[in-house]
Amino acid sequence: MGIRILKGGMLTTVQDLGRTGYQSQGFGVSGVMDVRSFRIANLLLDNPENEAVLEFTLIGPTLEFTATSIIAITGGDFQPTINGEPAPMYTAIYMKKGDVLKFGSARTGSRGYVAFSGYLGIPVVMGSRCTNLKSRQGGFKGRKLEAGDYINFRIKRPYLPFFLSRTLDLDEFDQEEATLRVVMGPQENRFSKQGIKTFLNSEYIVTSDFDRMGCRLDGPFIAPKETSDIISDGIAFGSIQVPSHGKPIILLADRQTTGGYAKIATVASVDIPKLVQRKTDHKIRFQAITVQEAQKLYLDEIKELDRMRKKIHQPCKEVLECRLAAKRLTRLFTSED
Amino acid sequence: MQDIKIVAAGDSSILIEFGNEIDPEINGRITTIVQLMKDQHIEGVVDMIPAFCSLLINYDPRIVSYEKMYKRMKALVNIDLKGGGKRTKVFEIPVCYGGEYGPDIGTIAEHAGLTEDEVVKIHSSRDYLIYMLGFLPGFCYLGGLDERIHTPRLANPRVKISAGSVGIGGSQTGIYPLDSPGGWQLMGMTPVKTYDPERKNPILLEAGDYIRFIPVDEGEYKRIKELVERNEYECTVREGEV
Repeated sequence: MGIRILKGGMLTTVQDLGRTGYQSQGFGVSGVMDVRSFRIANLLLDNPENEAVLEFTLIGPTLEFTATSIIAITGGDFQPTINGEPAPMYTAIYMKKGDVLKFGSARTGSRGYVAFSGYLGIPVVMGSRCTNLKSRQGGFKGRKLEAGDYINFRIKRPYLPFFLSRTLDLDEFDQEEATLRVVMGPQENRFSKQGIKTFLNSEYIVTSDFDRMGCRLDGPFIAPKETSDIISDGIAFGSIQVPSHGKPIILLADRQTTGGYAKIATVASVDIPKLVQRKTDHKIRFQAITVQEAQKLYLDEIKELDRMRKKIHQPCKEVLECRLAAKRLTRLFTSED
Repeated sequence: MQDIKIVAAGDSSILIEFGNEIDPEINGRITTIVQLMKDQHIEGVVDMIPAFCSLLINYDPRIVSYEKMYKRMKALVNIDLKGGGKRTKVFEIPVCYGGEYGPDIGTIAEHAGLTEDEVVKIHSSRDYLIYMLGFLPGFCYLGGLDERIHTPRLANPRVKISAGSVGIGGSQTGIYPLDSPGGWQLMGMTPVKTYDPERKNPILLEAGDYIRFIPVDEGEYKRIKELVERNEYECTVREGEV
């Protein structure tokens, strides 16, 4: 018992934190684009940190539940509804057999996530359940989900303690511009002083060449010293490479493991969600920070997630407000299984 | 040894640059360090990407800070790695050259001003060092292709090249690990799966290993292919010291 895909949406895939440990063999990591939204979705359900979720892009899927499950929806606002009624986000939701969860198009952001308390019945391939679209490996048959696909749940887990406390503030996704903090390098010495100045002081526009592999930006020419071709080396999540056309390309979840263009900087991990949630024509600026600052931001975010975890494990004030509680509990009591 | 540079590549990766050239000795040093790191199980290391003359290490900043990683890497690259040759593996890869298996072998021969047989002989008469893997799962960047058979890529890349195709692209030769678009001149095909997700070790070859192409006829190709399908084929591996 699990979920049936009634509509696949534009690009809905099974993802987790990615398939690490095989990059030396040319096998890309893949995994979720927006790690923060992913972590919050799993956190709301006490799922393991790396439990697989569905990631959808710009137009979300429609799912029919064939078993009871608790879910959490995070990321951009895809105007989710359950049986036609608006569904809350960043909140644990009880789903009954027969319920239809429908996502529309992204009103804010561009990527959404849904996690399941029953865990998606997807086999682990090389240590991960994530989909690698390029090598058609992992996830659901190595491809995006389509109407008619069916995914079982691995376990029955229709109950979570502190159910009513499991709601968090929504992250904001409605900005049309973002400043990405970056750690300069590893090859910023390949660029002229003027080139680096241009990079850090200009506004860049997200082009339509924006997929899970990378995001091409348009804007002022970033001048290399001589050539931006280098002997191919490894690429990190968020590497900003600048080919000879002088426009930055930010490499994302489905990046190749290696590449032959100089990388002027790398986006701080905590700011990658800001980029991957943008749409075509949105504006991007870059701000240089040190690697120490970037690591501190990363650790601060982990602490913030720990605080969220604590918060959802305390009895909530709502319990005292019977009416609200009753309203939210109705779904539990009308369950047929 | 040239200057070794250790630099941050964001908050979760560190890059060690061993110089700026494609050289078997530099590359060998990287292979040794990767092996050393695997043996030492350095805390916090998530993944490694060895390349021609650099090594990118992904790590978890929750477990280890940049300063700590920097110090560890500095100590590691300063270890004197000399003393004794290193063991190497040479994988013998059977290849059926020409005909429908290698539709561009005529182009390669014509470009080189040689016969097809001579092209095969040249291609299969040396061991190629695997400098790195990248681009596709299991795709090996090989060094040392004989200059006489360097051939420009196709002007119009093919939409689909079958897994197992062996080809030449400019000064490089290699094997396509899975079906993929590509612009290389195809000269033959191997029945060996360099990438098989169903296998315990999905990827057959590693950086630092060598490949030797062994010409086989169509009958032998089909015989090996059947064994591969039944999971009963193992490549001949020669061990040597370099």
